[in-house]
Amino acid sequence: MNGGLSILVIDDNKIRASIIEEGLQDAGHDKVIVVHQMDGLVRQIADINPDVIVIDLENPNRDQLEHMFQVSRAVHRPIAMFVDSADSQSIEAAVDAGVSAYVVDGLRRERVKPILDMAISRFRAFSKLASDLEEARTELADRKTVDRAKGILMKSKGLSEQEAYDLLRRTAMNQSRKIIDVAQSLVIASGLLGD
Amino acid sequence: MDPKLRPVIAGFIPLLDCAVPVIAAEMGFAEEEGVALKLVRETSWANIRDRISVGHFDVAHMLAPMPIAATLNLTSLAVPMKAPMLLGLGGNAITVSMDLWQQMTDSGADLKGDPVTTGKALASIIFSRHSDGNPPLRFGVVHPFSGHAYELRYWLAAAGVDPDTHVEISVLAPQVMADALQAKQIDGYCVGEPWNTAAVSAGTGRIVTYKQAIWPDSPEKVLGVTHTWAERNPETLAALLRAFSAAAEWCASPENAEQLAGILSRPDLLSCPMEICMPAITGQMRFDIGEPELSQPDFLSFSGGSKAAPMPAHGRWFFEQMVRWGQASASEEAFSQAEAVFSPQIYRSALGLEDSWLEPAIKLFDA
Repeated sequence: MNGGLSILVIDDNKIRASIIEEGLQDAGHDKVIVVHQMDGLVRQIADINPDVIVIDLENPNRDQLEHMFQVSRAVHRPIAMFVDSADSQSIEAAVDAGVSAYVVDGLRRERVKPILDMAISRFRAFSKLASDLEEARTELADRKTVDRAKGILMKSKGLSEQEAYDLLRRTAMNQSRKIIDVAQSLVIASGLLGD
Repeated sequence: MDPKLRPVIAGFIPLLDCAVPVIAAEMGFAEEEGVALKLVRETSWANIRDRISVGHFDVAHMLAPMPIAATLNLTSLAVPMKAPMLLGLGGNAITVSMDLWQQMTDSGADLKGDPVTTGKALASIIFSRHSDGNPPLRFGVVHPFSGHAYELRYWLAAAGVDPDTHVEISVLAPQVMADALQAKQIDGYCVGEPWNTAAVSAGTGRIVTYKQAIWPDSPEKVLGVTHTWAERNPETLAALLRAFSAAAEWCASPENAEQLAGILSRPDLLSCPMEICMPAITGQMRFDIGEPELSQPDFLSFSGGSKAAPMPAHGRWFFEQMVRWGQASASEEAFSQAEAVFSPQIYRSALGLEDSWLEPAIKLFDA
Protein backbone atom coordinates (compact mmCIF):
# COMPACT_ATOMS: atom_id res chain seq x y z
CA MET A 1 0.00 0.00 0.00
CA ASN A 2 3.01 2.33 -0.10
CA GLY A 3 2.36 3.45 -3.68
CA GLY A 4 6.09 3.65 -4.22
CA LEU A 5 6.58 7.18 -2.94
CA SER A 6 10.16 8.14 -2.19
CA ILE A 7 10.62 10.03 1.04
CA LEU A 8 13.58 12.17 2.05
CA VAL A 9 14.07 12.78 5.76
CA ILE A 10 16.32 15.75 6.65
CA ASP A 11 17.27 15.73 10.31
CA ASP A 12 20.65 16.32 11.89
CA ASN A 13 19.50 14.43 14.98
CA LYS A 14 20.56 10.95 13.97
CA ILE A 15 18.57 9.09 16.62
CA ARG A 16 15.35 10.86 15.75
CA ALA A 17 15.98 10.41 12.04
CA SER A 18 16.37 6.67 12.47
CA ILE A 19 13.19 6.47 14.56
CA ILE A 20 11.28 8.14 11.71
CA GLU A 21 12.97 6.04 9.07
CA GLU A 22 12.03 2.89 10.93
CA GLY A 23 8.42 4.03 11.34
CA LEU A 24 8.06 4.77 7.65
CA GLN A 25 9.64 1.48 6.67
CA ASP A 26 7.38 -0.41 9.05
CA ALA A 27 4.46 1.27 7.33
CA GLY A 28 5.61 -0.22 4.07
CA HIS A 29 7.61 2.65 2.59
CA ASP A 30 10.77 1.14 1.24
CA LYS A 31 12.18 4.27 -0.42
CA VAL A 32 13.21 6.30 2.61
CA ILE A 33 16.45 8.27 2.46
CA VAL A 34 17.85 10.06 5.49
CA VAL A 35 20.30 12.97 5.26
CA HIS A 36 21.87 14.68 8.24
CA GLN A 37 23.46 17.74 6.72
CA MET A 38 22.79 20.44 4.19
CA ASP A 39 26.08 20.20 2.31
CA GLY A 40 25.35 19.29 -1.28
CA LEU A 41 21.66 18.92 -0.54
CA VAL A 42 20.51 20.51 -3.81
CA ARG A 43 22.43 17.90 -5.73
CA GLN A 44 21.07 15.12 -3.49
CA ILE A 45 17.50 16.29 -3.93
CA ALA A 46 18.04 16.43 -7.68
CA ASP A 47 19.45 12.89 -7.64
CA ILE A 48 16.91 11.37 -5.26
CA ASN A 49 13.99 13.21 -6.83
CA PRO A 50 11.84 12.66 -3.71
CA ASP A 51 8.05 12.85 -3.63
CA VAL A 52 7.92 13.90 0.00
CA ILE A 53 10.50 15.72 2.13
CA VAL A 54 10.23 15.64 5.91
CA ILE A 55 12.32 18.16 7.90
CA ASP A 56 12.58 19.01 11.58
CA LEU A 57 11.70 22.55 12.60
CA GLU A 58 14.93 23.03 14.55
CA ASN A 59 16.85 22.98 11.30
CA PRO A 60 18.21 26.51 10.73
CA ASN A 61 18.24 25.93 6.98
CA ARG A 62 14.50 25.78 6.39
CA ASP A 63 14.48 29.20 4.71
CA GLN A 64 17.26 28.09 2.39
CA LEU A 65 15.43 24.88 1.60
CA GLU A 66 12.09 26.56 0.89
CA HIS A 67 13.76 29.06 -1.43
CA MET A 68 15.58 26.29 -3.21
CA PHE A 69 12.34 24.39 -3.82
CA GLN A 70 10.97 27.47 -5.52
CA VAL A 71 13.83 28.53 -7.72
CA SER A 72 16.36 25.77 -8.21
CA ARG A 73 16.55 24.45 -11.74
CA ALA A 74 18.25 21.35 -10.37
CA VAL A 75 15.06 20.31 -8.61
CA HIS A 76 12.95 18.65 -11.29
CA ARG A 77 9.44 19.17 -9.96
CA PRO A 78 7.88 22.03 -8.03
CA ILE A 79 7.83 21.31 -4.30
CA ALA A 80 5.50 23.05 -1.87
CA MET A 81 4.85 22.84 1.81
CA PHE A 82 2.22 20.28 2.70
CA VAL A 83 -0.68 22.50 3.65
CA ASP A 84 -3.96 20.77 3.89
CA SER A 85 -6.40 23.58 4.22
CA ALA A 86 -9.20 21.09 4.82
CA ASP A 87 -7.41 19.91 7.91
CA SER A 88 -5.81 22.75 9.84
CA GLN A 89 -5.53 20.46 12.85
CA SER A 90 -2.94 18.28 11.18
CA ILE A 91 -0.80 21.32 10.36
CA GLU A 92 -1.04 22.42 13.95
CA ALA A 93 -0.15 18.93 15.12
CA ALA A 94 2.90 18.94 12.84
CA VAL A 95 4.16 22.29 14.11
CA ASP A 96 3.46 21.17 17.69
CA ALA A 97 5.49 18.04 17.14
CA GLY A 98 8.29 20.05 15.51
CA VAL A 99 8.12 18.70 11.99
CA SER A 100 7.27 20.01 8.56
CA ALA A 101 6.69 18.29 5.24
CA TYR A 102 7.08 19.34 1.63
CA VAL A 103 5.53 17.49 -1.27
CA VAL A 104 5.90 17.62 -5.03
CA ASP A 105 3.17 19.24 -6.99
CA GLY A 106 0.16 17.14 -7.85
CA LEU A 107 0.40 14.49 -5.14
CA ARG A 108 -2.99 13.71 -3.67
CA ARG A 109 -3.47 14.45 0.00
CA GLU A 110 -4.65 10.91 0.78
CA ARG A 111 -1.22 9.67 -0.23
CA VAL A 112 0.73 12.22 1.77
CA LYS A 113 -1.29 12.54 4.92
CA PRO A 114 -0.40 9.10 6.36
CA ILE A 115 3.28 9.94 5.90
CA LEU A 116 2.90 13.23 7.73
CA ASP A 117 0.87 11.53 10.47
CA MET A 118 3.58 8.92 10.89
CA ALA A 119 6.28 11.61 11.09
CA ILE A 120 4.22 13.50 13.67
CA SER A 121 3.74 10.48 15.89
CA ARG A 122 7.41 9.51 15.66
CA PHE A 123 8.50 13.07 16.46
CA ARG A 124 6.21 13.02 19.49
CA ALA A 125 7.59 9.67 20.57
CA PHE A 126 11.08 11.07 20.26
CA SER A 127 10.38 14.17 22.33
CA LYS A 128 8.78 11.99 24.99
CA LEU A 129 11.95 9.92 24.95
CA ALA A 130 14.09 13.05 25.18
CA SER A 131 12.07 14.46 28.07
CA ASP A 132 12.15 11.13 29.94
CA LEU A 133 15.90 11.12 29.53
CA GLU A 134 16.12 14.70 30.75
CA GLU A 135 13.98 13.77 33.75
CA ALA A 136 16.23 10.83 34.53
CA ARG A 137 19.27 13.10 34.29
CA THR A 138 17.76 15.68 36.64
CA GLU A 139 16.79 12.95 39.05
CA LEU A 140 20.34 11.69 39.06
CA ALA A 141 21.72 15.19 39.58
CA ASP A 142 19.21 15.76 42.40
CA ARG A 143 20.26 12.58 44.12
CA LYS A 144 23.89 13.67 43.93
CA THR A 145 23.05 17.03 45.47
CA VAL A 146 21.14 15.38 48.33
CA ASP A 147 24.11 13.04 48.88
CA ARG A 148 26.46 16.02 49.08
CA ALA A 149 24.18 17.81 51.52
CA LYS A 150 24.02 14.69 53.69
CA GLY A 151 27.82 14.47 53.60
CA ILE A 152 28.12 18.09 54.75
CA LEU A 153 25.74 17.50 57.66
CA MET A 154 27.43 14.24 58.63
CA LYS A 155 30.81 15.96 58.72
CA SER A 156 29.85 19.21 60.43
CA LYS A 157 27.33 17.82 62.91
CA GLY A 158 28.71 14.33 63.39
CA LEU A 159 25.46 12.70 62.24
CA SER A 160 24.88 9.31 60.74
CA GLU A 161 23.66 9.16 57.14
CA GLN A 162 20.08 8.40 58.21
CA GLU A 163 20.14 11.23 60.79
CA ALA A 164 21.47 13.64 58.17
CA TYR A 165 18.70 12.67 55.78
CA ASP A 166 16.04 12.98 58.50
CA LEU A 167 17.29 16.46 59.32
CA LEU A 168 17.07 17.51 55.66
CA ARG A 169 13.57 16.08 55.41
CA ARG A 170 12.38 17.71 58.63
CA THR A 171 13.77 21.08 57.59
CA ALA A 172 12.09 20.78 54.22
CA MET A 173 8.75 19.91 55.83
CA ASN A 174 8.98 22.73 58.35
CA GLN A 175 9.72 25.26 55.61
CA SER A 176 7.28 23.71 53.10
CA ARG A 177 10.11 23.24 50.64
CA LYS A 178 11.36 20.30 48.65
CA ILE A 179 14.26 18.26 50.04
CA ILE A 180 16.27 18.99 46.89
CA ASP A 181 15.81 22.76 47.43
CA VAL A 182 17.00 22.55 51.03
CA ALA A 183 19.92 20.37 49.95
CA GLN A 184 20.81 22.82 47.20
CA SER A 185 20.79 25.80 49.58
CA LEU A 186 22.95 23.89 52.02
CA VAL A 187 25.48 22.93 49.33
CA ILE A 188 25.65 26.53 48.09
CA ALA A 189 25.91 27.98 51.60
CA SER A 190 28.57 25.49 52.54
CA GLY A 191 30.48 26.41 49.40
CA LEU A 192 30.26 30.10 50.32
CA LEU A 193 31.46 29.43 53.86
CA GLY A 194 34.38 27.42 52.51
CA ASP A 195 33.05 24.10 53.83
CA MET B 1 4.12 34.97 37.12
CA ASP B 2 1.84 37.63 38.50
CA PRO B 3 -1.69 36.42 37.63
CA LYS B 4 -2.79 39.99 36.96
CA LEU B 5 -0.33 40.28 34.07
CA ARG B 6 -1.53 39.50 30.55
CA PRO B 7 0.65 36.81 28.98
CA VAL B 8 2.11 37.43 25.52
CA ILE B 9 4.34 34.93 23.72
CA ALA B 10 6.71 36.46 21.19
CA GLY B 11 8.93 34.64 18.70
CA PHE B 12 12.19 36.23 17.59
CA ILE B 13 15.29 35.53 15.53
CA PRO B 14 18.64 36.32 17.20
CA LEU B 15 19.77 39.50 15.40
CA LEU B 16 20.69 42.94 16.75
CA ASP B 17 17.25 44.26 15.96
CA CYS B 18 15.54 41.80 18.29
CA ALA B 19 16.69 44.36 20.88
CA VAL B 20 13.27 45.94 21.46
CA PRO B 21 11.38 42.79 22.49
CA VAL B 22 14.39 41.54 24.46
CA ILE B 23 14.76 44.78 26.41
CA ALA B 24 11.00 45.04 26.94
CA ALA B 25 11.11 41.63 28.63
CA GLU B 26 14.45 41.98 30.44
CA MET B 27 14.30 45.53 31.79
CA GLY B 28 10.76 45.42 33.10
CA PHE B 29 9.11 47.60 30.44
CA ALA B 30 6.57 44.89 29.59
CA GLU B 31 5.71 44.28 33.23
CA GLU B 32 5.21 48.01 33.83
CA GLU B 33 2.51 47.88 31.16
CA GLY B 34 0.92 44.80 32.71
CA VAL B 35 2.29 42.34 30.17
CA ALA B 36 4.07 39.08 31.04
CA LEU B 37 6.22 38.84 27.92
CA LYS B 38 7.70 35.45 27.15
CA LEU B 39 10.28 35.35 24.36
CA VAL B 40 10.97 32.27 22.27
CA ARG B 41 14.12 32.17 20.15
CA GLU B 42 13.60 30.63 16.73
CA THR B 43 15.96 29.18 14.17
CA SER B 44 14.31 30.23 10.89
CA TRP B 45 11.85 32.77 9.49
CA ALA B 46 9.84 29.79 8.24
CA ASN B 47 9.37 28.72 11.87
CA ILE B 48 8.30 32.22 12.87
CA ARG B 49 5.75 32.19 10.03
CA ASP B 50 4.45 28.71 10.88
CA ARG B 51 4.25 29.21 14.61
CA ILE B 52 2.48 32.56 14.44
CA SER B 53 0.09 31.03 11.93
CA VAL B 54 -0.91 28.12 14.18
CA GLY B 55 -1.06 30.36 17.24
CA HIS B 56 2.03 29.25 19.17
CA PHE B 57 3.14 32.86 19.12
CA ASP B 58 0.89 35.82 19.78
CA VAL B 59 3.32 38.24 18.14
CA ALA B 60 6.71 37.98 16.46
CA HIS B 61 9.82 39.86 15.38
CA MET B 62 9.47 39.69 11.60
CA LEU B 63 11.09 40.81 8.39
CA ALA B 64 9.07 43.84 7.26
CA PRO B 65 7.75 42.23 4.04
CA MET B 66 6.60 39.01 5.78
CA PRO B 67 3.24 40.24 7.12
CA ILE B 68 2.43 41.55 3.63
CA ALA B 69 3.37 38.24 2.01
CA ALA B 70 1.22 36.40 4.57
CA THR B 71 -1.74 38.73 4.07
CA LEU B 72 -1.59 38.39 0.29
CA ASN B 73 -1.33 34.59 0.50
CA LEU B 74 2.13 34.52 -1.10
CA THR B 75 3.58 32.03 1.41
CA SER B 76 2.63 28.75 3.06
CA LEU B 77 0.33 28.92 6.09
CA ALA B 78 -0.68 32.42 5.09
CA VAL B 79 -2.95 34.35 7.43
CA PRO B 80 -3.97 38.02 7.33
CA MET B 81 -1.52 40.02 9.44
CA LYS B 82 -0.67 43.49 10.67
CA ALA B 83 2.68 45.18 11.26
CA PRO B 84 1.71 47.63 14.02
CA MET B 85 5.25 48.79 14.88
CA LEU B 86 8.69 49.13 13.28
CA LEU B 87 11.19 47.41 15.57
CA GLY B 88 14.30 48.74 13.86
CA LEU B 89 15.34 51.03 11.02
CA GLY B 90 18.43 50.31 8.91
CA GLY B 91 20.97 47.86 10.28
CA ASN B 92 21.71 45.86 7.11
CA ALA B 93 24.76 46.01 4.89
CA ILE B 94 26.18 44.38 1.79
CA THR B 95 29.49 42.62 2.33
CA VAL B 96 31.75 41.15 -0.34
CA SER B 97 34.86 38.95 -0.29
CA MET B 98 38.25 40.67 -0.12
CA ASP B 99 39.01 39.39 -3.65
CA LEU B 100 35.91 40.95 -5.08
CA TRP B 101 36.54 44.17 -3.13
CA GLN B 102 40.04 44.41 -4.62
CA GLN B 103 38.49 44.30 -8.09
CA MET B 104 35.85 46.83 -7.05
CA THR B 105 38.43 49.37 -5.79
CA ASP B 106 40.29 48.96 -9.06
CA SER B 107 37.01 49.95 -10.73
CA GLY B 108 36.55 53.07 -8.61
CA ALA B 109 34.38 51.92 -5.66
CA ASP B 110 33.97 54.46 -2.85
CA LEU B 111 35.52 53.55 0.52
CA LYS B 112 32.66 54.96 2.55
CA GLY B 113 29.88 52.87 1.11
CA ASP B 114 28.37 55.22 -1.46
CA PRO B 115 25.85 52.99 -3.26
CA VAL B 116 26.30 54.74 -6.62
CA THR B 117 30.03 54.21 -7.13
CA THR B 118 30.14 50.81 -5.42
CA GLY B 119 27.20 49.65 -7.54
CA LYS B 120 28.87 50.89 -10.74
CA ALA B 121 32.15 49.22 -9.83
CA LEU B 122 30.41 45.92 -9.12
CA ALA B 123 28.37 46.18 -12.33
CA SER B 124 31.49 46.59 -14.44
CA ILE B 125 32.97 43.43 -12.89
CA ILE B 126 29.71 41.51 -13.40
CA PHE B 127 29.51 42.54 -17.06
CA SER B 128 33.10 41.68 -17.85
CA ARG B 129 32.66 38.25 -16.21
CA HIS B 130 29.55 37.84 -18.31
CA SER B 131 31.28 38.70 -21.59
CA ASP B 132 34.31 36.55 -20.69
CA GLY B 133 31.98 33.61 -20.15
CA ASN B 134 32.86 33.32 -16.42
CA PRO B 135 30.26 31.99 -14.00
CA PRO B 136 28.05 34.65 -12.40
CA LEU B 137 28.85 36.06 -8.96
CA ARG B 138 26.85 34.50 -6.12
CA PHE B 139 25.13 36.49 -3.40
CA GLY B 140 23.34 35.43 -0.24
CA VAL B 141 20.25 36.93 1.37
CA VAL B 142 18.32 35.67 4.39
CA HIS B 143 14.86 35.29 2.88
CA PRO B 144 13.10 35.95 -0.44
CA PHE B 145 10.59 38.27 1.29
CA SER B 146 13.11 40.48 3.07
CA GLY B 147 14.49 43.99 3.09
CA HIS B 148 17.86 42.33 2.39
CA ALA B 149 16.67 40.77 -0.86
CA TYR B 150 15.02 43.99 -2.02
CA GLU B 151 17.95 46.24 -1.07
CA LEU B 152 20.47 44.02 -2.84
CA ARG B 153 18.25 43.76 -5.92
CA TYR B 154 17.47 47.49 -5.98
CA TRP B 155 21.15 48.41 -5.69
CA LEU B 156 22.20 45.97 -8.43
CA ALA B 157 19.36 47.03 -10.73
CA ALA B 158 20.17 50.73 -10.24
CA ALA B 159 23.63 49.95 -11.66
CA GLY B 160 22.08 48.18 -14.66
CA VAL B 161 22.51 44.62 -13.37
CA ASP B 162 19.63 42.17 -13.72
CA PRO B 163 19.63 40.35 -10.37
CA ASP B 164 17.79 37.37 -11.88
CA THR B 165 20.16 36.68 -14.74
CA HIS B 166 23.52 38.42 -14.17
CA VAL B 167 24.10 37.08 -10.64
CA GLU B 168 22.90 34.15 -8.55
CA ILE B 169 20.99 34.97 -5.39
CA SER B 170 20.45 32.24 -2.85
CA VAL B 171 19.06 32.10 0.69
CA LEU B 172 21.26 31.34 3.70
CA ALA B 173 20.80 31.67 7.44
CA PRO B 174 22.30 34.97 8.71
CA GLN B 175 24.79 33.41 11.11
CA VAL B 176 26.39 31.27 8.40
CA MET B 177 26.92 34.07 5.84
CA ALA B 178 30.44 35.02 6.99
CA ASP B 179 31.56 31.38 6.94
CA ALA B 180 30.05 30.83 3.49
CA LEU B 181 31.95 33.91 2.25
CA GLN B 182 35.20 32.64 3.70
CA ALA B 183 34.60 29.18 2.21
CA LYS B 184 34.03 30.90 -1.19
CA GLN B 185 30.54 29.41 -1.50
CA ILE B 186 29.32 32.96 -2.12
CA ASP B 187 31.00 36.19 -3.26
CA GLY B 188 28.90 38.57 -1.21
CA TYR B 189 25.77 38.90 0.90
CA CYS B 190 23.23 41.27 2.33
CA VAL B 191 22.43 40.66 5.99
CA GLY B 192 21.63 42.47 9.23
CA GLU B 193 24.25 43.21 11.85
CA PRO B 194 26.31 41.79 13.48
CA TRP B 195 26.83 39.36 10.57
CA ASN B 196 28.61 41.90 8.34
CA THR B 197 30.96 42.96 11.12
CA ALA B 198 31.61 39.24 11.73
CA ALA B 199 33.29 38.99 8.30
CA VAL B 200 34.98 42.40 8.59
CA SER B 201 36.57 41.59 11.94
CA ALA B 202 37.69 38.19 10.65
CA GLY B 203 39.39 40.00 7.77
CA THR B 204 37.46 37.93 5.23
CA GLY B 205 34.90 40.47 4.07
CA ARG B 206 34.42 44.14 3.33
CA ILE B 207 31.23 46.17 3.72
CA VAL B 208 30.59 47.93 0.40
CA THR B 209 27.30 49.68 1.05
CA TYR B 210 24.48 49.60 3.56
CA LYS B 211 20.73 49.90 4.03
CA GLN B 212 20.85 53.39 5.55
CA ALA B 213 22.68 54.61 2.41
CA ILE B 214 20.34 52.80 0.02
CA TRP B 215 17.06 53.83 1.66
CA PRO B 216 17.57 56.15 4.66
CA ASP B 217 15.50 55.44 7.80
CA SER B 218 13.69 52.54 6.22
CA PRO B 219 11.89 49.77 8.11
CA GLU B 220 13.79 46.54 8.65
CA LYS B 221 12.00 44.41 11.24
CA VAL B 222 8.43 44.88 12.38
CA LEU B 223 6.26 43.52 15.09
CA GLY B 224 4.06 41.00 13.31
CA VAL B 225 0.65 39.99 14.61
CA THR B 226 -2.25 38.11 13.06
CA HIS B 227 -5.37 40.06 12.31
CA THR B 228 -7.33 37.70 14.52
CA TRP B 229 -5.08 38.12 17.55
CA ALA B 230 -5.02 41.92 17.14
CA GLU B 231 -8.81 42.05 17.02
CA ARG B 232 -9.31 39.75 19.98
CA ASN B 233 -6.69 41.40 22.18
CA PRO B 234 -6.73 45.14 21.44
CA GLU B 235 -5.83 46.19 24.99
CA THR B 236 -3.00 43.71 25.34
CA LEU B 237 -1.61 44.79 21.97
CA ALA B 238 -1.80 48.47 22.97
CA ALA B 239 -0.02 47.72 26.27
CA LEU B 240 2.63 45.74 24.42
CA LEU B 241 3.19 48.61 21.98
CA ARG B 242 3.65 51.06 24.87
CA ALA B 243 6.14 48.66 26.46
CA PHE B 244 8.00 48.27 23.16
CA SER B 245 8.03 52.04 22.69
CA ALA B 246 9.67 52.52 26.11
CA ALA B 247 12.09 49.67 25.39
CA ALA B 248 12.99 51.21 22.03
CA GLU B 249 13.76 54.55 23.70
CA TRP B 250 16.02 52.70 26.12
CA CYS B 251 17.76 50.96 23.20
CA ALA B 252 18.19 54.28 21.38
CA SER B 253 19.92 55.93 24.29
CA PRO B 254 23.72 56.01 23.75
CA GLU B 255 24.49 55.49 27.45
CA ASN B 256 22.84 52.05 27.29
CA ALA B 257 24.82 50.91 24.25
CA GLU B 258 27.34 48.81 26.12
CA GLN B 259 24.74 47.14 28.33
CA LEU B 260 22.58 46.42 25.29
CA ALA B 261 25.50 44.83 23.43
CA GLY B 262 26.28 42.78 26.53
CA ILE B 263 22.73 41.47 26.81
CA LEU B 264 22.31 40.71 23.10
CA SER B 265 25.59 38.80 22.85
CA ARG B 266 24.54 36.34 25.59
CA PRO B 267 24.46 32.59 24.82
CA ASP B 268 20.66 32.50 25.03
CA LEU B 269 20.33 35.37 22.52
CA LEU B 270 22.83 36.00 19.69
CA SER B 271 25.56 33.89 21.28
CA CYS B 272 28.41 35.87 19.70
CA PRO B 273 31.35 38.00 20.89
CA MET B 274 30.11 41.28 22.37
CA GLU B 275 32.66 43.25 20.26
CA ILE B 276 30.87 42.43 17.02
CA CYS B 277 27.58 43.78 18.43
CA MET B 278 29.08 47.13 19.36
CA PRO B 279 29.70 48.84 15.96
CA ALA B 280 26.08 48.96 14.76
CA ILE B 281 24.74 49.76 18.24
CA THR B 282 27.18 52.63 18.82
CA GLY B 283 27.10 53.79 15.19
CA GLN B 284 30.86 53.40 14.87
CA MET B 285 31.10 51.12 11.86
CA ARG B 286 34.26 49.63 10.47
CA PHE B 287 33.86 48.64 6.82
CA ASP B 288 37.27 47.03 6.45
CA ILE B 289 39.62 45.57 9.03
CA GLY B 290 42.40 47.78 7.69
CA GLU B 291 40.48 51.05 7.80
CA PRO B 292 39.42 53.43 10.58
CA GLU B 293 35.89 53.46 12.05
CA LEU B 294 33.31 55.67 10.40
CA SER B 295 30.83 57.55 12.51
CA GLN B 296 27.35 56.53 11.35
CA PRO B 297 24.94 57.23 14.17
CA ASP B 298 21.91 56.13 12.10
CA PHE B 299 23.39 52.93 10.71
CA LEU B 300 20.87 51.03 12.87
CA SER B 301 18.29 52.98 14.81
CA PHE B 302 15.58 52.28 17.31
CA SER B 303 12.74 54.65 18.01
CA GLY B 304 9.88 54.61 20.44
CA GLY B 305 8.31 57.72 19.01
CA SER B 306 6.45 58.47 15.82
CA LYS B 307 9.38 57.18 13.74
CA ALA B 308 8.41 53.66 14.81
CA ALA B 309 4.94 54.02 13.35
CA PRO B 310 4.50 51.95 10.19
CA MET B 311 3.36 53.93 7.15
CA PRO B 312 1.17 52.80 4.24
CA ALA B 313 3.92 54.09 1.92
CA HIS B 314 6.31 51.50 3.43
CA GLY B 315 3.83 48.73 2.70
CA ARG B 316 3.39 50.04 -0.80
CA TRP B 317 7.14 50.11 -1.45
CA PHE B 318 7.60 46.54 -0.26
CA PHE B 319 4.71 45.35 -2.39
CA GLU B 320 6.17 47.17 -5.42
CA GLN B 321 9.36 45.15 -4.94
CA MET B 322 7.36 41.91 -4.79
CA VAL B 323 5.76 42.83 -8.10
CA ARG B 324 9.03 44.03 -9.61
CA TRP B 325 10.77 40.73 -8.87
CA GLY B 326 7.94 38.47 -9.91
CA GLN B 327 6.78 37.37 -6.45
CA ALA B 328 3.32 38.88 -6.79
CA SER B 329 1.04 40.27 -9.46
CA ALA B 330 -0.04 43.86 -9.18
CA SER B 331 -3.62 44.82 -8.50
CA GLU B 332 -5.17 47.84 -6.86
CA GLU B 333 -6.67 45.58 -4.23
CA ALA B 334 -3.33 44.01 -3.37
CA PHE B 335 -1.73 47.45 -3.12
CA SER B 336 -4.34 48.66 -0.70
CA GLN B 337 -4.05 45.47 1.36
CA ALA B 338 -0.27 45.97 1.58
CA GLU B 339 -0.84 49.57 2.67
CA ALA B 340 -3.34 48.49 5.29
CA VAL B 341 -0.82 46.03 6.82
CA PHE B 342 1.39 49.07 7.50
CA SER B 343 -1.35 51.28 8.91
CA PRO B 344 -0.03 53.49 11.75
CA GLN B 345 -3.41 53.58 13.48
CA ILE B 346 -2.94 50.90 16.16
CA TYR B 347 0.47 52.21 17.19
CA ARG B 348 -0.57 55.85 17.24
CA SER B 349 -3.67 55.27 19.30
CA ALA B 350 -1.80 52.97 21.74
CA LEU B 351 0.70 55.75 22.36
CA GLY B 352 -1.84 58.53 22.26
CA LEU B 353 -0.05 60.30 19.41
CA GLU B 354 -2.46 62.93 18.27
CA ASP B 355 -0.31 65.17 16.09
CA SER B 356 -1.11 65.05 12.40
CA TRP B 357 1.02 62.71 10.38
CA LEU B 358 2.23 62.77 6.83
CA GLU B 359 3.21 59.88 4.66
CA PRO B 360 6.99 59.96 4.35
CA ALA B 361 8.38 60.59 0.90
CA ILE B 362 10.03 57.32 -0.07
CA LYS B 363 13.43 58.42 -1.35
CA LEU B 364 16.11 55.94 -2.26
CA PHE B 365 19.72 56.82 -3.10
CA ASP B 366 19.15 57.14 -6.83
CA ALA B 367 16.03 59.32 -6.60
